[in-house]
Amino acid sequence: MTGRLSRRAATLVALLVVALFLLPWVAGHYPVYLAMQILILAVFSLGFNLLFGYTGLLSFGQAGFFAVGAYGCAKILLAVPNLLLGILGGVAAAGVAALLLGILSVRHTRIYFSMLTLAFGMMIFSIAWKWRDYTGGDDGLVGVPRAPLEIPGVFTVSVAALDRYYYVVLVLSLVAIYVMHRLVHSPLGLTLQAIRDSEVRAEFAGVPVRKYRLAAFTIAGLYAGLAGALLPPLENTVTPPIAHWSTSAEPVLATLMGGIHAFSGPIVGAFLFLVIKDVIFRFTEYWLIWFGVIVVALVLGFPGGVMSIFEKRARAAPRDEEPA
Amino acid sequence: MTDLLATQGLSKRFGDFVAMNGVTLGLPAGRLTAIIGPNGAGKTTFINLATGAHLPDTGTVFFKGEAITRLAVHRRIRKGLSRSFQIMNIFAQLSVLENMLVPVLARHGRAGIPSHRIERESAAIAEARALLREIGLSGEERLRAGALSHGDQRLLELGIAVAPAPELCFLDEPSSGLTPVERARVLDLIRRFSAERRTTFVIVEHDMDVVFSLAQWIVVMNRGQVLAEGPPAEIRENRAVREVYLGELA
Amino acid sequence: MENAAFQGLIGLSLAMYLWLISAGLTIIFGVLRIVNFAHGSLFMVGAYLTYTFYGPAGLPFGVAIVLALLGTGLLGLVMERLLARIYHIDEAYQLLLTFGFILILDDAVKIVWGGLFRIPPVPEFLEGSWPVFGRAFPVYNGFVIAVGIAVAFLLWAVFEKTWWGRIVRATAADREMASAIGVNVPRVFSGVFALGAMLAALGGAIGTPVRVAAPGIGAAMIIQAFIITVIGGLGNLKGAFVSSLIVGVLSAYGTLYFPVFELFFIFVIMAVVLLIRPQGLFTR
Repeated sequence: MTGRLSRRAATLVALLVVALFLLPWVAGHYPVYLAMQILILAVFSLGFNLLFGYTGLLSFGQAGFFAVGAYGCAKILLAVPNLLLGILGGVAAAGVAALLLGILSVRHTRIYFSMLTLAFGMMIFSIAWKWRDYTGGDDGLVGVPRAPLEIPGVFTVSVAALDRYYYVVLVLSLVAIYVMHRLVHSPLGLTLQAIRDSEVRAEFAGVPVRKYRLAAFTIAGLYAGLAGALLPPLENTVTPPIAHWSTSAEPVLATLMGGIHAFSGPIVGAFLFLVIKDVIFRFTEYWLIWFGVIVVALVLGFPGGVMSIFEKRARAAPRDEEPA
Repeated sequence: MTDLLATQGLSKRFGDFVAMNGVTLGLPAGRLTAIIGPNGAGKTTFINLATGAHLPDTGTVFFKGEAITRLAVHRRIRKGLSRSFQIMNIFAQLSVLENMLVPVLARHGRAGIPSHRIERESAAIAEARALLREIGLSGEERLRAGALSHGDQRLLELGIAVAPAPELCFLDEPSSGLTPVERARVLDLIRRFSAERRTTFVIVEHDMDVVFSLAQWIVVMNRGQVLAEGPPAEIRENRAVREVYLGELA
Repeated sequence: MENAAFQGLIGLSLAMYLWLISAGLTIIFGVLRIVNFAHGSLFMVGAYLTYTFYGPAGLPFGVAIVLALLGTGLLGLVMERLLARIYHIDEAYQLLLTFGFILILDDAVKIVWGGLFRIPPVPEFLEGSWPVFGRAFPVYNGFVIAVGIAVAFLLWAVFEKTWWGRIVRATAADREMASAIGVNVPRVFSGVFALGAMLAALGGAIGTPVRVAAPGIGAAMIIQAFIITVIGGLGNLKGAFVSSLIVGVLSAYGTLYFPVFELFFIFVIMAVVLLIRPQGLFTR
């Protein structure tokens, strides 16, 4: 129950953060680029797992909100080259979309919910593809600037260099991870887990289950939106495939691999996913099939993911890591 | 005395099956009532309709004088209703203490706070711990609830039911599947809670020993209707009831 | 006026297509309580197999379809056996497993058939059109309507009149009871799943000449099929038929008068139904 990390874990995290800050100094552009992709996927997956691991709702449509965040940020940056504005705008748009679609989705039981999220995600994909006038259709939006970090009249910092933009992504991701950590160890986090374990019991304990599910769905959407918003300044383009269900699959796969029941699962999984994908890509363009095999193997043999290996050792012991 | 919970003409059918056929019943505060009846009599349906798990086809449910027939479940809990479940319904992945914390936090309106660690909710934690002490599970507070023994899970189930400090609490077969020792613990707990808190218990039971040792009033249901009700001694002698049970009564 | 009537016929053929793709999904859910996410992938495999048997292999149209159905049915059996291992865990894992199947099959068809889409030829006796309501109504659409109605009748006959049909209905109603009276429930599950797979394949097989065999067609299909089954009530065969008719005909008229609608239409209907009557129009 405690949100406080054990001394060993805290030291590990601190070392990792330091390493991440030092990365551009010791590594070339490709590792830095890969690290950014990992961080973006980690944020994306943390939001997904708040919904799945903590609240028990399996969404196959998170890419829809990722895309809303990306397109929202891109549209803003093309009009007003202000990075903060773009990112905030993308996140806000994704949050609104999640709220609206969430209202329609969370009233339903788990199977319906999952299928609805798939449908809504593909609906957003369909809009991105066909609404040429606004989204650029299948060509997407191009020429998105890596706008400077600025508050007019206060300061301007150019982040056009990849290494500089890396720090933007790093800091925002770390903040997002920290916020999520606080959240899942708060009363809200506990209540969501209770809903996951038994929504009937939660309802009868006085919890308005639907409202809490909507909250979780919206937060997941915000995280997907943040991840999406970080993309356009990096790649300078946004195209419809980021809304496709195969993109929705990425946080699902990452979290499954890393571990559904651990906070760090999605983060570890993001790392594993992108590294493995990178490796697969050197040999073949067909990466989905390999991940499909991994999913089947995991579900049939090992539903807890990588982190469950560590959890199994702790399972015999009480739930807390330290005396309360 | 005015009834704490009252129903009027409550009816419910599931497809062709008539689960409840016009039940008009009054449950006053402070009187431990048992609802008995053969399988399919409608006992659990009654609880479901009273607590809002299902909505009736016709009829009204009143709680403390207010019509709550279509009120959402969590709002009824806030008003002072509660229930336990026949099939174990605890938060299996959470610790025992956390199981207690959920209803306590909900009662205090603090279940949705996202900003600080749950350890800081000292008032709620203290209250949850006190409850655990009362039901005798303090030693297990950090165990995963799913790992508890069956009997302990029942106790936890009971604890979660009374954690929202309800005025009326339905217990659906609280002693089912328990060993005699465990059953004694549960009965003891019910008596204590009944006496010390302001909770009125309404118990659905099959075990007649439990019924006659606890109940101050018995309602007998059959085929979705109330067959008879009265103090235990009267019910024991009631011919219609004996017919329905055919030798089940001592 | 004639325009409207003609559009109605178009709507009918669209409806029968939708019916074909949703029947299998709703049957599988009705009996096994599983939403087969990979239903769309089975549809896609059916389309590809039909294309291969009819096109490059040059077999007669009917034979090609039968072979495609058998091949996909076999695939369905394999899937069901894997799913059977996790029947007792949280249904989220069933969704994840079938999701894994989608990933595998989507790339598998790309590997086997390449990434371009395949447009199989329309069989000669189904080419051309009939003059109906003053316009040319494609013979093929008439064929789709005929197949759809035939399948509806066949399924009704199987489930209402045959011994196997009765066993399946009993298992759907109460699997424990069925098992208690001696029904081999795992065998029933396998059979039903294979039937559902074959229906999906039939949808793909029939759908191909007017649509296309391409990677990813499964995704659009599963969503359409799911929406139809939701509207009709998950597990309700009659409901699926009726909602196919409603959605098919409404869609045809909708796109005629409001072309922009096509994007959204099916989602709008789904959202409306779910808001008003979440259990679908016809639950048991």
